[in-house]
Amino acid sequence: MWSYTFRRILATIPTLLAVVTVCYLLLHGTPGGPFDDERKVSAAVLANLQAKYHLDLPLWQQYLYYLNSLLHGDLGASFRYADWSVNELVAKALPVSAAIGGGAIVISLLVGVFLGTVAALRQNSVVDYLVMLLGNAGHVFPSFVIGPVLILVFAVWLKVAPAGGWDDFSPRFMVLPMLLLIFINVATIGRVMRGSLIEVLHSNFIRTARAKGLPMRTVILRHAFKPALLPVVSVIGPLAITSITSAIVTESVFSLPGIGKLIVNGAANRDYTLVLGLVVLVTVIAVTLNLLVDLAYALLDPKIRY
Amino acid sequence: MLFKNKDKQDQLVAALGRAVESAAADIHGRSPWADARGRFLRNKAAVFSLGLLAFITVCCVVGPWLLPNAFDAADWDAMSLPPMLKGWHFFGTDESGRDLLVRSLVGGRVSLLVGFLATLSAVTLGIVWGATAGFIGGKVDAFMMRVVDMMYAVPYLLIAILMVTILGRAFYLVVITITVFSWMDMARVVRGQTLSLRSKEFIEAARALGVPTRRIIFQHIVPNLLGIVVIYTTVTVPAVILVESVLSFLGLGIQEPMTSWGVLIHDGASVMEVSSWMLLFPAGLLSLTLYCFNYIGDGLRDALDPKER
Repeated sequence: MWSYTFRRILATIPTLLAVVTVCYLLLHGTPGGPFDDERKVSAAVLANLQAKYHLDLPLWQQYLYYLNSLLHGDLGASFRYADWSVNELVAKALPVSAAIGGGAIVISLLVGVFLGTVAALRQNSVVDYLVMLLGNAGHVFPSFVIGPVLILVFAVWLKVAPAGGWDDFSPRFMVLPMLLLIFINVATIGRVMRGSLIEVLHSNFIRTARAKGLPMRTVILRHAFKPALLPVVSVIGPLAITSITSAIVTESVFSLPGIGKLIVNGAANRDYTLVLGLVVLVTVIAVTLNLLVDLAYALLDPKIRY
Repeated sequence: MLFKNKDKQDQLVAALGRAVESAAADIHGRSPWADARGRFLRNKAAVFSLGLLAFITVCCVVGPWLLPNAFDAADWDAMSLPPMLKGWHFFGTDESGRDLLVRSLVGGRVSLLVGFLATLSAVTLGIVWGATAGFIGGKVDAFMMRVVDMMYAVPYLLIAILMVTILGRAFYLVVITITVFSWMDMARVVRGQTLSLRSKEFIEAARALGVPTRRIIFQHIVPNLLGIVVIYTTVTVPAVILVESVLSFLGLGIQEPMTSWGVLIHDGASVMEVSSWMLLFPAGLLSLTLYCFNYIGDGLRDALDPKER
């Protein structure tokens, strides 16, 4: 197990390095520097500025400097938000995204597994059709369509929740964005859970368990549930990536001051260091999540040996 | 010699020949493709989706020429009108008085064109990448597939945002950006298929019979790849359209005065409290198109999946 973990961690290093390198080169391949402004600065000031940010060095040295500061957890200074480092911007934005994204994932796991189980046990019932319908809708209607529709229905027509904004983790402002994320995630989780539980219930060891006279309840809870959960665990990795993606849309739709909004604003302002720093940060988070999910999967599935 | 009478034998042989001929005329050989077409045509939802999609496409291409309004002509006397028959404003107008129906159709042109072009390049890249990896195998294969794994691990929308930030937002750059993140599925599938086909018995049999390599590739491998390529292409198109819409929705894709469904949904979402039609019509059109592609993809999967035969 430990050697497997170690090998998996080693394997993520090339991925991260490749992402950082490609993004860094992309950034430096563009014409124009960060201090090419309409307002001209004097040559001495420019030289000082360039020396401060190591812009006077050859590219490979700049790159090594950047890697070095990354390893020390420093994402650099923002080009557009004066007096703010990328780290400070992230520190302000990350809790918002984490609260909404993390909360949504936990709730959607519970709801999704529950709905999927009910749908699998009562095939062709109302709940089953609902789960299937939800699964289809979550696939077809993109989050940036569902989001505005949620606002239209709950904020504009019913007036039960604010249309967007943020007030220091006040739950009122978190309901609709979380609802959107939950909707999208439950669509996937519910469908996967339904499919895998149906498959498990048709397998031989379930028939044996029922043949020896166990009540249905015990069969499901003790024998069918755990193997049926495995495919659900395996979709959490991809789901985390989709959640990050839809977080960008969600935060944009509901104007939340999170990571996604920061990225979109940074991109719109062409704030290179900010976008690069955030891309690196989110890639690290995504790769780590994938790693954890893989390890959890290996722990849960007794068939997997190293 | 079965018969002593030679005339009788000739008669019988002739009769037999006629019978065989007429039997052969009754039994039509069916190619796998004809089989698949039959299965697809029996799938009502898929056929309906195909028809609807064709209708939407034709409307988007031809509609803006036939309708009296221009997509970028502001009309200060007709601002924010709800849907009405008067003045051909079937979808209403936006806050500058531009006709939403024509704008939706023009936006559809852009979205569908981006979808088509990016899919074409992504599919080509995927097939070449996957087939190369599958055919060469060994270390090259391992390295090429490692690259694909890396691309999967990266949250693509972020890098796409980084790319449009740096490269700019011209139409062809948006297409390139989307292509870069849409080819991996195809590469994986084509590689797997190529690998498994190489060692299949019927390929070995063909080789044993002395069929030339070129004929093996074009008559046995390509048709077997084609099914899965067609399926994944229909899955890629809606995914690509979706990415374009997300980018445009975030204000990072297609720029004014050009428009796309993502741009229209973004505009509609900002004024939906007062003019909900500006959100609902473009959103409905986009969702309808995506739905059609999904059903067509499902239909094609059922029709072409070799395991179903």
